[in-house]
Amino acid sequence: MKNKIRIGCGAGFSGDRIEPAVILAEKGELDYLVLECLAERTIALAQKRKMADPSKGYDPLLERRIETLLPHLVKNNIRLITNMGAANPIEGAKRIKEIAQKQGLKIKVAAVGGDELRIRNEELEINDIQIFGEEYEALKLIKNELNNEKLLIPNRTANRSQLLISMNAYLGVEGILEALQADAQIIITGRVADPSLFLAPMIHEFGWKTDDYDLLGKGTVIGHLMECGGHITGGYFADPIMKPVENMENMGHPFADVFDDGSAIIGKVEGTGGVINLQTAKEQLLYEVINPSEYYTPDVVTDFTSVKLEEIDKNKIRITGGGGKIKPETYKVSIGYKAFWLGEGEISYAGPAAFERAKLAGEIIEKRLQAQFEEIKIDYIGVNSTFDNRWPSEAEATISEVRLRIAAKTQSQADAALVGEEVEALYTNGPAGGGGVRKYVNEVIGITSVLVDRSKFLPQISVFES
Amino acid sequence: MKLYNIAHSRAGDKGNISMLSLIPYNENDYEILCQKVTVECVKKHFEGIIHGEVVRYEMPNISSLLFVCNDALGGGVTTSLRMDTHGKALSYKLLEMEITY
Repeated sequence: MKNKIRIGCGAGFSGDRIEPAVILAEKGELDYLVLECLAERTIALAQKRKMADPSKGYDPLLERRIETLLPHLVKNNIRLITNMGAANPIEGAKRIKEIAQKQGLKIKVAAVGGDELRIRNEELEINDIQIFGEEYEALKLIKNELNNEKLLIPNRTANRSQLLISMNAYLGVEGILEALQADAQIIITGRVADPSLFLAPMIHEFGWKTDDYDLLGKGTVIGHLMECGGHITGGYFADPIMKPVENMENMGHPFADVFDDGSAIIGKVEGTGGVINLQTAKEQLLYEVINPSEYYTPDVVTDFTSVKLEEIDKNKIRITGGGGKIKPETYKVSIGYKAFWLGEGEISYAGPAAFERAKLAGEIIEKRLQAQFEEIKIDYIGVNSTFDNRWPSEAEATISEVRLRIAAKTQSQADAALVGEEVEALYTNGPAGGGGVRKYVNEVIGITSVLVDRSKFLPQISVFES
Repeated sequence: MKLYNIAHSRAGDKGNISMLSLIPYNENDYEILCQKVTVECVKKHFEGIIHGEVVRYEMPNISSLLFVCNDALGGGVTTSLRMDTHGKALSYKLLEMEITY
């Protein structure tokens, strides 16, 4: 058993930069590299790609990331843990094996699946599903469909194929632990809770017991601080007036020296940009936390209120404290469903009376569209599109340019296109001087969450060797 | 004075919930933030944006506050018609709040 390991986080979301991970693998003296690439909706989008082509459905950047990383991982004997498997970890693992073979490298890859909820094959009782939070109409609809075991859509959406796209549980460390015990060097998972990607190697290397909730809680705190990559190294933190950060174009991503008592020191590779200090650590500790004394993951309910952060050196933070109690009896399952078609149109007005002309244009569109859309939103970009309760009347006269944006929800693609068409028609029918029209039509995938009993899921491991 | 001058914030999101941290640059200002930035004044400041309950958590261990705001994202991150569906910019809306210091 080791008493210290170093884990790097090379990506904090699917579209993250490639080179911070390469720098970590090359110069970070890591034991483990984690790439967290699966946001709430990412897996539903991946499921759609898998439906179109069964050999796809893993992260679209997988090939590019693995091709550049693999030689460094092998040379420096670093194990990779990533959720880039998305909706198809097995096909992702096969691709990694092929890349290794092409590069003449011998590795063992493990795919961790089992996060998908399959309602048709298993008898899933509707009572196994607990709705929490707000009960969206769509969710009730889905629940009803599950109950009837028919996944067809109601009349309202008769021109669309299926409502449900994906149902994936946030699994914990179990599958990754099995893959680590099988000596896999690359572990690619489907949906796994982000902190579990970091907690698994701690449990594996330090021999922590999976019911030692105090240690699991401490490890989860470290995972939570690390999981967003550049968040803790000053990336999504910088403000040139109050929080200036240097060398952001070469932002480094973090590594953590984790000790077997559950404490850690977070740092980054010498010479990379960014900053790690008390402020970046505090911002990240509280990020996306609903209740600081009960932070739920599949492994443990963690307490953040006893975490202690210390700045021990330049770009070095020590984390101690934190803890946990119990393991939740349910998994959180994210359900991806086809929500609506979004139509958008934009046009700019500038110069004298820019805002008045934009408002006139907005009123025209609203009158023409309001009868046939579920919901229409009219934004004046530059005035009120981000904080939509702000209407600075005295400032109106001084606005030198404003962009009108119309967005509307509808159940058909053709209706959604009408929004942009109406905005474009302002070129001849609208107020003077409008220009730069852009129009967009997108199908929106909604995500909602339910709780499902753990017994409905079993992690599945498949091992491939190059 | 604006909160911006003494504190920083990051917005997080889950469904239709927005979580806003409020972290003083100087830990000595934590007590003042606790006194001045109440749930009531946050609700008033975000009138028209946050429609649900606001819960404030005090975290003396890191001298920070966390506001968990329900019904705050125009229906939810994935289905809102807002430009900033995650409500990322709401952190800076919080920092616009004026307090007497």
